[in-house]
Order: sequence, then C-alpha cells, then structure tokens
Amino acid sequence: MKRFSAFNAVSLTLGFAFLYLPMLILVIYSFNSSKLVTVWAGFSTRWYGELLQNEAFLDAAWVTIRVAVVSSTIATVLGTMAALVLVRAGRFAGRTLFSGMIYAPLVMPEVITGLSLLLLFIGIGLDRGVLTIILAHTTFSMCYVSVVVSSRLVSFDRSLEEAALDLGCTPFQAFRLVTLPIIAPAVISGWLLAFTLSLDDLVIASFTAGPSATTLPIKIFSAVRLGVSPEINALSTIMIGIVTVGVITASLISKRATLRQQAEEQAAIRA
Amino acid sequence: MAEPVFAPWADPNEKPLIQFKGVTKRFGDFVAIDNLTQDIFAQEFFALLGPSGCGKTTMMRMLAGFETPTEGQILIAGQDMAGVPPNKRAVNMMFQSYALFPHLSVAENIAFGLKREGMPKGNIDDRVKEMLRLTRLERFAQRKPHQISGGQRQRVALARSLAKAPKLLLLDEPLGALDAKLRQQTQFELMDIQEKTGTTFVIVTHDQEEAMTVASRVAVMDEGRIMQVATPAEIYEQPNSVYVADFIGDVNIIEGTATPEGKGYDVAWAEGQRPFHAETDKSFSKDQRCFLAMRPEKVAISTDEPEARNRVQGKIIDIAYLGNLSTYHVELPGGTMMKAQTANTRRLSRRALTWEDQVWLSWTDTAAVMLEG
Ligand SMILES: Nc1ncnc2c1ncn2[C@@H]1O[C@H](COP(=O)(O)OP(=O)(O)OP(=O)(O)O)[C@@H](O)[C@H]1O
Ligand SMILES: [Mg+2]
Repeated sequence: MKRFSAFNAVSLTLGFAFLYLPMLILVIYSFNSSKLVTVWAGFSTRWYGELLQNEAFLDAAWVTIRVAVVSSTIATVLGTMAALVLVRAGRFAGRTLFSGMIYAPLVMPEVITGLSLLLLFIGIGLDRGVLTIILAHTTFSMCYVSVVVSSRLVSFDRSLEEAALDLGCTPFQAFRLVTLPIIAPAVISGWLLAFTLSLDDLVIASFTAGPSATTLPIKIFSAVRLGVSPEINALSTIMIGIVTVGVITASLISKRATLRQQAEEQAAIRA
Repeated sequence: MAEPVFAPWADPNEKPLIQFKGVTKRFGDFVAIDNLTQDIFAQEFFALLGPSGCGKTTMMRMLAGFETPTEGQILIAGQDMAGVPPNKRAVNMMFQSYALFPHLSVAENIAFGLKREGMPKGNIDDRVKEMLRLTRLERFAQRKPHQISGGQRQRVALARSLAKAPKLLLLDEPLGALDAKLRQQTQFELMDIQEKTGTTFVIVTHDQEEAMTVASRVAVMDEGRIMQVATPAEIYEQPNSVYVADFIGDVNIIEGTATPEGKGYDVAWAEGQRPFHAETDKSFSKDQRCFLAMRPEKVAISTDEPEARNRVQGKIIDIAYLGNLSTYHVELPGGTMMKAQTANTRRLSRRALTWEDQVWLSWTDTAAVMLEG
C-alpha cells in the first residue's frame, strides 16, 4: 500500500478546512455570550434560549417546513406523472414541445420564475401567503422530480408491467404493485431533492411570500441585512444539526436495510 | 383397445379455441405477421417453430393482448378479442425475457397472479408450494430473482405462468436455458399438466426435438407466414416445401428435372448419371424442375453395390460421430454432397468404413419426398 504522504495530508486538511471552517466558526460563535458576533466573551447557550422566545423566527420555521413538505409531495406526484407521460406516451403531437417545456424552468433564472408567478397571483387576485409559496415551489421543483424519475423510467423494462397485466392487474394496480416499488428510490430522491430545494429557496419565496407568511431563508436574509446577530448563528447551528442528524439517520436506515437484506439472502441460501 | 386419435383439426364440426383470421401486423413499414389465418383447437399443444425474427413472439403478444393486429381478427373461444385488455383475457403468457418482478421473492412472484384473483391465503400457499415442487425450486422460494441462476429464473417464469391454471397458456421459449435432462423432465411435466388439466398450450421453441416431443401440431414459420402446419410426424416425413424440409431435421436436397415413370417420377440430377426414382401422389409436368428431400437415416451406406434402384457411388469426405449415430458425408460424382446416417450398433473399432473410402449409397423408391420448391 502507498504511504500516506505529507502532500496528501496537507491537501486533505486544506480541502476539509475550506469546506467546514466557515461552518465551524459559525457554530463556535453561536455559543458566544457576547452580543457582538466577532468578540468572544465566554461560553453560553443564551442565544438559543432567546431564539426559542422569538416568535417571528419560529413562525417562519413552521411555514418553511409546511411549505417544503406539501410542495415537495405535490411536486413528486405531478413530476412522476409528467415523467411517465414523457417516457411512455411514445410519439404524440407536441411531445417535443411538452418535454422542452417541462425542462425549461430548470434553466430559467429564478428571478424570472418568481416574477412571473407573482404577476400571475396578482392577476388572479390570490392573496400572497403560505398557499402561494407552496404553488410556486411545486411549480419549480416538479421539473427536478420529473428529470430524476424519467431517467429511471427510461431503463425500466416495460415487460414487467405487461407481465403484471397478464397476471390480472388493472393498469393502475400494475403501476402501484410493480412499477412504483421498482422506481421508488428515484421517486424518494426526487422528493428529497424537491424538499431541500424548497427549504433553501430564497428568490422565488421572496416574490411569492406575503406579509402573512415568510419563510426562514427570507427571515434570515433580512435579519442579516441589519447585521449578523448571535441569534442567527444559533438558528443556523440548529439547522446544521438537523441536517446532520437527518443525513446520519438516512444512512443508518439504508445500512440496516442492506444488512437485513444480506441476512435474508444468507437465510435463503441455508434453507 | 386403441385410444381415439386426438385430431380436432381434422373434424369439421370441432370449434377452434383460437382463430387468426387474415391477421397482419406491421411495425411501421415492417411486416411482422403477414396475412395469417390459422385455427388452434382446445387441448392442443401447438408448437411454433421458425428462425429468429419470423414473428413467433409477435403472434403470442397479439394473443395475450399486448399488440393489436394492424388488419384482421383474432377470436378466442369465438369471441373477437379486439379491444379486450390483457388483464381481461383468460390467457397467461410466459415471457421470453422472463419479466420476473425484481422486488419480489420467487414465491411472491409465483403468488402474484393468484393474489389478484382474490384466492384465499391458504390456497395460495398450497398452489405456490405445488408450483415450486413442480419446477424444483423449493429451496429458492425466499430468494430474489437476482439471486438465482438463469435456468432457475426461467423456471420461476414458467411456474408463475402455470400458477393460475389458465385455459390458454402461451410459453415463449420456456425451456431454452435448461440443461438437457431438466429440459426433458420439464417437457414431460408440461405434457402431464396438459393431459390432467386440458390446458391449451401454444409454445415457441428453437429446439425441434422439443417440438417433436411435446406438440400435437407444429407450425413452421418464415417471415411472418406459416409455411406448414401438421403433426410432428407429418412435418418430418411429408414436408410441403424445401424450406420446411430443410428447417426440420437434417435433410439431403437434390435438385433435378422430373420425367413420369411408373407410380412416380425419374429425376435427372446430374449429367451422365442414372436418374433417381421417387414415388409420389403429386403431379409434375415433364422436365419440370423439382427437388428430392431425403432424410439421412433413410439412406443406406455399403461397400458392395446394392440391388436398389436408387443407388450411387461416392467417396466419404467426413464422418460425424454422434455416439449413438454416425453421419457420413459422401461426395457424389459432380461434387454433390450427400449425408447418410447409420445407427452405431457395433463398437467403433469394428466398423469398416473410413475416410476416402469409395462407398455405395442407396434408398427405396418411397424414401425421398418430391417437392416443387
Ligand atoms: N415493437 C416492435 N417494433 C418494431 N419491430 C418489431 C417490434 N416487435 C417486433 N418487431 C420485429 O418483428 C419481427 C418479429 O419479431 P418477433 O419478436 O415476433 O420474433 P421471434 O420470431 O419471436 O424471434 P426470436 O426467435 O428471436 O424470439 C422482428 O423482425 C422484430 O424486429
Ligand atoms: Mg421471440
């Protein structure tokens, strides 16, 4: 085996420092007792306590999560349906146009998407709030879902569905019992992608949010414009914590699923 | 007492289970099935034979409802199948590609169709067990399709299609991936099922021996058309064309011109050689071009000149030793090659013929089939 050279060690350290030093500093300063962000004045969890008192932040967090869950779920359903049509329907009039239009929002500047949605909502007289953010997020994230799902569907063997039909399934049962379980990983990653896109979207949300509801990114962004406060650091640390726990849980779950599958295989071989 | 012969196709009062009526299937410009008309009767074991791409799978897919005929009509039990979706047809198909559900275990794959029927759980388990036993897959019940071998997968696909015990079973190369012994056993299992349940089988195979063993009738296809449909024995002994004769088994084809003589024709096949004689019911005009088709096992080989009217001398070019049989490749005057097959009833060392030997080939007046083309 190759020796772990000094060069490797240095590049590894630099790389990780580049990635994680900013976050590390943020986490450290979130425990600063001073109100001044850049002056260390001892360890304290004071800002976390204050954060929990800050109704505006909590409301924004709650709105963000609701919007992310609902919009990513709707986007997953719509995006999967669009992917099915795109991959399956064969040639029909306007197919190229349709598929082009599905992918267009991917390359469209967010500012334009946001602005056009804003105009639409004003035009139809829809009050801006949670509903409009959900609609906006659904609109732009379903394209991502449909890209992810259709790339899986392209390699999906149609004869599996035919076999299901042959064995007495209705087309819908065939989809539910055969197609969906097989493409489930792609659908789930589509959902996760939509969820994260919605969580950290700032641009489109600022166009479509109203006075009655703002999302966390908007809140943080506007707070930072008045100066970085230790509360924001605390909030960001919590978000980092949630993401870390989420990632670790997800990998543990998948690891356990793999282990269980291996155990099943072994049992099957012994039997 | 002799059993009555099973031949519903010969009985004009018998109603066919499947009727293809002038069915054409086009994919774009390509004609996959060409104006095909064919009846298949209940309880038949109907084998489709033909070169790759001749339309066997397409025929099956139209029966199962995955393709609609471009022209013509398909009737099952007298009912026009146009517009009837696959899940509403009392037909099960075993796919050439197996199409096993990768997320389900072997047992769940087999149970899939039974669950859709709403069969009670206990009955499903029994039926699945029975299918597993039949296909010798008991030990693999809990495995996923990717954890078993190709031959085992093929058996799962077979078990899954058999499980629902449909009236009509379509098997697209059901035994191709099995070893010779397992294939033979499974063939007999299928025949047994057929006999017990009266299921009608339509089966695609590339193995002529298999078609001969299991089929009540064999259809030889070429480029979307059925060239001949007949019982295995008829197909073998009385092919209606050079194509069919050549496709089924080993055959010597000799081209010549016919001259009426006795109960048949003399066929002049080479300059300066005595014509061969063949008896036939067919009629040929004088000097009509014709072909003689002769199975190698009907050609005798000897060192001394035989008595038979059809005899010709040649030189052994090659000997193919097949264990129970040997095939001699003999070059006739003028360069025509001819095969003669003999049973190896003696041990190898005792046999007299070898390479470069001059030998006589002979056959009876009825051994060769006369064909127009
Ligand atoms: N969906 C399709 N689109 C275009 N051509 C097709 C399609 N399905 C089949 N064909 C063509 O129709 C012809 C018949 O195909 P089919 O699958 O019936 O052949 P086969 O007799 O089953 O061959 P094999 O023995 O190789 O399985 C082939 O030339 C094939 O290329
Ligand atoms: Mg085929």
